[in-house]
Amino acid sequence: MSAATMTAPLAKPGADEGRIGIRANLRHIGALVRRNALQIKQDPESMFDALLMPVIFILLFVYVFGGAIAGKGNQQEYVQYLVPGMMAMMGMNIAMAVGTGVNEDFRKGVMDRFRTMPIARSSVLIAKIVVEIGRMLIATAILLGMGFLLGLEIRGGILEFLASIVLSTVFGAALMWIFILLGLSVKTPQAVQGMAMLVLMPLQFGSSIFAPTQSMPGWLEGFTKVNPLSNLADAARALINGHGAVAHPALITLGWAVAITAVTMPLAVAKFRNKT
Amino acid sequence: MTRQTITTKGGNAVEVRGLVKHFGEVKAVDGVDLDVREGTVLGVLGPNGAGKTTLVRCLSTLLVPDAGRAVVAGFDVVRQPRALRRTIGLTGQYASVDEKLSGWENLYMIGRLLDLSRKDARKRADEMLERFSLTEAAKRPAAKYSGGMRRRLDLAASMIGRPAVLYLDEPTTGLDPRTRNEVWEEVQRMVREGATVLLTTQYMEEAEQLADELTVIDRGRVIAEGRVDELKAKVGGRTLQIRPTDPGELDRMTGVIAEAGLDGIAGATADHDGGVVNVPIISDEQLTAVVAVLGRQGFALAGISTHLPSLDEVFLAITGQKSSEADGPESESDEQYAEVSA
Repeated sequence: MSAATMTAPLAKPGADEGRIGIRANLRHIGALVRRNALQIKQDPESMFDALLMPVIFILLFVYVFGGAIAGKGNQQEYVQYLVPGMMAMMGMNIAMAVGTGVNEDFRKGVMDRFRTMPIARSSVLIAKIVVEIGRMLIATAILLGMGFLLGLEIRGGILEFLASIVLSTVFGAALMWIFILLGLSVKTPQAVQGMAMLVLMPLQFGSSIFAPTQSMPGWLEGFTKVNPLSNLADAARALINGHGAVAHPALITLGWAVAITAVTMPLAVAKFRNKT
Repeated sequence: MTRQTITTKGGNAVEVRGLVKHFGEVKAVDGVDLDVREGTVLGVLGPNGAGKTTLVRCLSTLLVPDAGRAVVAGFDVVRQPRALRRTIGLTGQYASVDEKLSGWENLYMIGRLLDLSRKDARKRADEMLERFSLTEAAKRPAAKYSGGMRRRLDLAASMIGRPAVLYLDEPTTGLDPRTRNEVWEEVQRMVREGATVLLTTQYMEEAEQLADELTVIDRGRVIAEGRVDELKAKVGGRTLQIRPTDPGELDRMTGVIAEAGLDGIAGATADHDGGVVNVPIISDEQLTAVVAVLGRQGFALAGISTHLPSLDEVFLAITGQKSSEADGPESESDEQYAEVSA
């Protein structure tokens, strides 16, 4: 090729027009939320974790382990103990699904289309989170419904009860960023699930969700004190049962939520933006 | 919405200079220059792993090039990606639609993402389904579509925003001939309506059908460029194959063609194994002339066909060597496509 044609082409002068305004951004997120909701409608099995998990877990723990943990005849008290704790667990289990969802999306061509369109790339992720929060609330409602069937009583005020739902939802939403980051980092949805389980299991069972921590060895009890799931479970328990310290575990939980979001959200968005 | 106007100098909708994209050791795109004139189709012809997909991904802001410059519809792909995204459409090797959503929902969603009002997005979705003959399948999830329907939906999705420049990355790879023709017709129609198209393909036939000009690339570099007829002349046009009803007449037929003194026809060769006579031709007139001569001589013919040179023959003619079948990033895309179409 001759030197004359090697001159660099001239682009229009000026900055990169087409910055996306907040209203357009909300409209894009709305369209993508609709997409995610329609996906669920098309594939109802994907709701099994939100619908069945709470039912199975609550029955399993109340009837199989409950007697051994709380003593025979203390079922009522164990329900009061377990259900608020499980609110903490629900958030984590649902959040895990975001990671596999994001990973699957990326293996399909549709993500290429989104990324060649004039929309903020973060809106794809935000829409996903909005839908997952919806799923989380459904799971929590089912969990509480089961709890009421088994005799759960709201012993604190109704505001405290609602506060426990808000707290567990906020924490679950923060966790989603971790799983989005994981979903963008590993190759297959199966790998997301495998790695998530590695984190999930010790956090869930090394906590006060299912049983009081006093009987655990000292090192484990120490772990449960910093474990955000323990703190969330304790806070929700105090809010619903109307006794026990709320401020301390709630603050630790919120601190974790803020820290997790502050670290993993920018990383996830950057990863999403630069993914090839 | 009207089609966006292009104000690049010299009427080029796409200008690429010295574009480079390496993946570690793999030099996927290694200094590519090309131009696409406004309102025309440029075919980028090359084997698997030549760097075609990487080139398209650079030009559609999915990849940031390591070096070089590219201006599309007046916007720099690196410095003005947001503005650029408003003027381009991309249809990849595998369908970039949401398979769980119906055809209509896919198009409606894209309309909304392109800032159409609800009403306009609905109207445009109906319009595009109608145009791409998908109205009947509008409510079915895209996962249940055939390969050709999915590709048509994909094209429809790319056309919603009336892009000034359209990238088609191997739009017919893996499609059967009938579906392939449907896609070709649709592309030709888009061009008639004024779109500028950059088309990548592995097939000489597709390039001949759709492209005004051709850029042949191999191992990330441009190895030939020019108008389709120029390149075809370079590689020797087509081969006319004539099958006589009686294979015993092969030699006599070859002689008759050679002695007829037809304009521009150098000779004919008999292929006894295949039972055909091969005649290299450059124009349709020559085809008619050859058949007319045989008709006058009273030969009974069982079949005639013409064959374009294969990609390998093109490469052989241009470079004197076989095309590389190196493993590049594109082989991965191929697998993905195979997965989707399976």
